[in-house]
Amino acid sequence: MSLTPPAERIWWNEPIEAVELFWVAIALVWALVMFFMMPYWHIYGKQNLSSEAYRTTPEMYTKKVQAMVDQYTIRKETTRDMPVVAPPAGADIYMLGRLWEWYPALELEKGQSYRLHLSSVDWQHGFSLQPENINLQVIPGYEMVIKITPNKSGEYSVICNEYCGIGHHQMIGKIYVK
Amino acid sequence: MANTAEFRTCPDTGLLFHKPAETLMKLNAVVGIVFLLIGGVLGLLMGLTRWPTVHLLQADSFYMLLTAHGVSVLIFWIIFFEIAVLYFTCTTLLKSRLAGPRWAWLGFALMVIGSITTMVSIFQGRSSVMMTSYVPMSAEPHFYLGLILFAVGALIGCFVFLGTLVIARAERTYGDGSIPLVTFGALTACIIAIFTIASGAIILIPTFLWKIGYINHIDPLMYRILWWGMGHSSQQINVSAHIAVWYAVMGVVFGARPLSEKVSRSAFLLYILFLQLASAHHLLVDPGIGTEWKIFNTSYAMYLAVLASMIHGLTVPGAMEAAQRKRGFNKGLFEWLRKAPWGNPTFAGVFLSILIFGFLGGISGVVMGTEQINLIIHNTLYVPGHFHATVVGGTTLAFMALTYWLVPILFRRDIILPSLSKFQPYLFGIGMSGFCLFMMGAGTLGVPRRHWDISFSGAIFGHQFPETAYLLLGLTGISVILAVIGGGLFILQIVGSVFFGRKRGETKSATPMIAEMVAPGLHGIGMGGISVPGTLVLALVFLTSFILYYFVNWKYLSQVWGLG
Repeated sequence: MSLTPPAERIWWNEPIEAVELFWVAIALVWALVMFFMMPYWHIYGKQNLSSEAYRTTPEMYTKKVQAMVDQYTIRKETTRDMPVVAPPAGADIYMLGRLWEWYPALELEKGQSYRLHLSSVDWQHGFSLQPENINLQVIPGYEMVIKITPNKSGEYSVICNEYCGIGHHQMIGKIYVK
Repeated sequence: MANTAEFRTCPDTGLLFHKPAETLMKLNAVVGIVFLLIGGVLGLLMGLTRWPTVHLLQADSFYMLLTAHGVSVLIFWIIFFEIAVLYFTCTTLLKSRLAGPRWAWLGFALMVIGSITTMVSIFQGRSSVMMTSYVPMSAEPHFYLGLILFAVGALIGCFVFLGTLVIARAERTYGDGSIPLVTFGALTACIIAIFTIASGAIILIPTFLWKIGYINHIDPLMYRILWWGMGHSSQQINVSAHIAVWYAVMGVVFGARPLSEKVSRSAFLLYILFLQLASAHHLLVDPGIGTEWKIFNTSYAMYLAVLASMIHGLTVPGAMEAAQRKRGFNKGLFEWLRKAPWGNPTFAGVFLSILIFGFLGGISGVVMGTEQINLIIHNTLYVPGHFHATVVGGTTLAFMALTYWLVPILFRRDIILPSLSKFQPYLFGIGMSGFCLFMMGAGTLGVPRRHWDISFSGAIFGHQFPETAYLLLGLTGISVILAVIGGGLFILQIVGSVFFGRKRGETKSATPMIAEMVAPGLHGIGMGGISVPGTLVLALVFLTSFILYYFVNWKYLSQVWGLG
């Protein structure tokens, strides 16, 4: 049995049970189907991550974010005067994670595409767009670029879902889609 | 063979115990169970905090205790117990002496010192960095130091195991053939452990040096890649180890033989070859890592490991079915299963472990390891839902089941309260299954993991999760209570039995502790030319659920914003 050495000394020559062979074949086919789904989705699916990313520093990234805020802010919200920024369709848009906010708030148009840049200036954060439930890792020193195309209008929250210290559960940002 | 006075034969099972190894098995298992107790109590506090209407702890204690919970159960409980399993499989099953007992003691001492050091650093309150301890967030230096010492200790344990295999081979203690399948499974666990611990050392040692000021920068992405080389792979040690335990229990309870040694052993080999790379699935939404790398590592590598698990999913119950049928339970598709000893916690625990690991842990793991689907899962409550199914429902339950069998043999004591032990695996298993399902449900609705307050009170913007999410978190809390009662019963029975169980003495007890081996060969059993038709049906049910659930998730994904 399984607690004792194999009954046959030369066990590797034993015939395989038909049922096992059948199951291994099915499992292998299923593994191949799952494999092909990923490249398939890159060609035909609409939800993929590009691998576009750059090295950056907190200073460089903050500067780029601030340039966008200065150019496209349309109003300020909340007691902390969070700028709401509405860049034109197709533009490079930026969001910056830091303890403990997502800066700035964005206003986008439905059906238009934007190049969203994400980085952190301190610790690792998690970009979690709700209620869509799109989740991305945001890492200091790396600037990730994703082309996004909002397909529904409404008010979206960006919550942080990578633990980043005691204020983690208050880290929340906004994206409005018109 | 070494001095025979150092050996003891168990009167109930005929198994041979090398006394120095036996002491170490007992100690490692006992310390492991102490950490399980700590982790379980902390788990209850976590559950009661994330249950919105209870919301027990303050934020700072929640994050501190969550760190302690993860580290104590996911690392310390499981690895201490695994070292005990390694020593059991290399000495008792091979009838060998333990290589270098002094080294084994040194390893044990380092593991104890390391685990206490890390726990102390966490409870001091300045190392609430979670088990992942992602840089640049930093813990106290002794947080890392403790983990490093623990890892070195565990590594010594692994080399003692390998040394014992060499001795057993040289001294022909188990004859001329191959090592038993269970030992073979433990060997794969040991090899994976060595890779894993090396990966952990590669990243934790520089992180420690960074914290004390000798290195000025640790790249956070590089940290993640190497950390997950340890973080996920260390959970693959558990998979190999608990599957070895599944085979062991099937042997013990039914006298089962593997359907064919070749298939089962090859499946274990696939783990060694491919599981390491599967850790890539934590990095699927990270910047700066190429698509090809992600697909390669989560397909070629992971699916061949998944294949291995699917094979064990057939061969373990298959071995049981074959043994039961040979004993005469050969009617219909499922008589073998109906007539199983459902009141025996060793069997019930393992059977539930197979079901929970396969259906909940396995399927969800593959789904979240798919490059694009991960977008709607990463860092949500779905993730702890998945790994509680694998590590608690799968590994912990299997280890608990084995413990019910080991206590009478190692400590020569009866299990106290046997009527309660009948219910324990079910209580724990059902509690954990509910917990995992409800957490995965909440994760699908976007509820984040490691999060103290999903109502975001005091934040500058508000966000309202759907009511269903609150309901699911409440149900999660109730399931936690159920599982903790089940876990508490286990601790009560095991600790109670070790200290107060009726002594069994050195005579053979009336109830056999190990089943007679069934005759070899599979001819003459089964239905319509298939020797284990019941298992095949169960396996096909599994595959169907897998396929449906997999494509449902693609459907969810296709509805979110376009990304490219």
